[in-house]
Amino acid sequence: MLKINQLHKSYPIGDSSLHVLKGIDLHVESGEMVAIMGSSGSGKSTLLNIIGMLDEADSGEYTLDNVEIKNLTEKKAAVYRNKFLGFIFQSFNLINYKNALENVALPLYYQGLNRKQRQEKGKFHLEKVGLLEWAEHLPSELSGGQKQRVAIARALAADPKLLLADEPTGALDTKTSYEIMEFLQQLNDEGKTLLIVTHEEDIAEMCKRVVRLRDGIIMEDKKVEQVRASQYV
Amino acid sequence: MIRFLFDRDTWQEVWDSLSKNKLRSILTMVGVWWGILLLIGLLGSAKGIENSFNRLFGDFATNSVFIWGQSTSKPFKGFQEGKRVRLSLSDAKRVEENVEGIEFVVPRNQSQGFVSRNMLSGNYSIAGDYPLLDFVQKKKLIHGRFINQNDIDDNKKVAVISEDIYKQIFEKDEAAVGELIEINGMNFSVIGIFEEGNVNMGPSSDIHIPFSTFQQIYNQGEEIGWMMITGRPEFDIKQIEADAKLLLKNMNKIHPDDKRAFGSFNLGDAFGRMTGFLKGMQFLTWFVGIATLIAGVFAIGGILLITVKERTKEIGVRRALGATPFEIKRQIVVEAVFITIIAGLGGIISGGWILILLDKSFGQGDEAVLVNASVTISVVFIALTILVVLGTLIGLIPAFKATSIKPIEALREE
Repeated sequence: MLKINQLHKSYPIGDSSLHVLKGIDLHVESGEMVAIMGSSGSGKSTLLNIIGMLDEADSGEYTLDNVEIKNLTEKKAAVYRNKFLGFIFQSFNLINYKNALENVALPLYYQGLNRKQRQEKGKFHLEKVGLLEWAEHLPSELSGGQKQRVAIARALAADPKLLLADEPTGALDTKTSYEIMEFLQQLNDEGKTLLIVTHEEDIAEMCKRVVRLRDGIIMEDKKVEQVRASQYV
Repeated sequence: MIRFLFDRDTWQEVWDSLSKNKLRSILTMVGVWWGILLLIGLLGSAKGIENSFNRLFGDFATNSVFIWGQSTSKPFKGFQEGKRVRLSLSDAKRVEENVEGIEFVVPRNQSQGFVSRNMLSGNYSIAGDYPLLDFVQKKKLIHGRFINQNDIDDNKKVAVISEDIYKQIFEKDEAAVGELIEINGMNFSVIGIFEEGNVNMGPSSDIHIPFSTFQQIYNQGEEIGWMMITGRPEFDIKQIEADAKLLLKNMNKIHPDDKRAFGSFNLGDAFGRMTGFLKGMQFLTWFVGIATLIAGVFAIGGILLITVKERTKEIGVRRALGATPFEIKRQIVVEAVFITIIAGLGGIISGGWILILLDKSFGQGDEAVLVNASVTISVVFIALTILVVLGTLIGLIPAFKATSIKPIEALREE
């Protein structure tokens, strides 16, 4: 599914440069639920951005679903993002002047689907996150948990191979966090592949595999016994 | 691209982002709206002034010059300076035959006369005229007709009188055509009444009688008071004036450099200066209008640029969801063009209202300052085309700005 070999990335800071990723090797199989952990500055967000094709590595190989991701133009990156990836952000990043349904349907617009198909698919995914009756509401009328669920529906809408979540529970209280995690676990049960960046141990324990980063290298990569979020909800 | 423009979703996106940010959109539009309103209002008013000028001079052959004899200022061929110069019919004929570009030469005579009818009387100016005068100085006849060739040939005692005289020597509502009036003790039959124009160019007369009759009763012989020369439109009236004067000096044995021998009034020249002023005003109007328009479009560009900065995050999200840079740029340019066109149409409509208002307050009646203050459809189209072009160009700036930021940086923006 996802293969990363010897990935390096550094950012120029003035005259010198900051080496953020120092040779990352990561293989993720289809259907896995991986937590990427690490303190701030460990390079976990950079790794996620490179996987998300929002950023490009300096060297190393990156293959996603047997497609080599290399020398991307902005346009190609956009097409791949749309086709392969679903993003879930810490701050939800819903478009504030579009209602829930329009937000969910937005990736479908860029896929070139017609209006009717978008409405149908959008409603389907909104129902999946249990917010169909909130379809006409603007993000400002939704709670944090609801916003994140709309964002998850949006990430699912384009039927991506891989869901990337950057601190999906970072802006939520514990109870809501667990609800979101429960939902993400359900998605994983249905066969979705998830990569979740977090710094919270309890969230990481709800995944099936934990990858710990420190100073740009993988310190630890182990399978864990998944804690079901449903028991806390 | 064509499909894109007719796609409902395109306009849905544009409509969403504009209507959900109403205040911003309206503020953006004000500049262009104001610019085009000014352009339409000013151009329409300028046109109205031009129309009113044209109405005033419409009945007048403006490409014409009057020439009359004065007295010489230089001795020449044995004549002392100060010789009295009188023009004659043969002078007029020679000018007509020899000067290039002449349409008509109308010899005229004028004198004062005592006019009476029953108990009413007055002193008026009497002119001896040819039917041709009606071509170069169109008479608005209320009743009857102007002098014709028959009147000339038979030296008929007929008179065309002005409305003012009619009012002074006739009773109210009395029929005048066919009635007799006395001019210097001789009976003349009234054949027409004309209305005085708003503006009288050159000497005006109250009563016109046939030229030949005038010659007889005032014992003028071949002499004429002045001649009115009309040039064909494609010829320069100043050149015609110079040529005619030189020819006249030659025939009357006057020094070619004598400046005083002939007096003249060049109507074409005067009129040209006036239309030149109008042209200048129109140019100024276009200049001011377009400059305001450009300023307005730049304001749109500026606000869109700020908007793009504000929407950095949204643009980042859209790109993370799979929008290509081209799609983002296209969106912003379409928004810019859409705003400009809507504002432009609004400006054109309100400009139209202003013109209607101007017409209502200044455009009514015969003495109107503005006549039919309006702009042509082509002006509207030119303005709209300029708007679309400028809107596109100005939209490109924020569009490129929007995609110059990497999606990752855009997403990080808080």
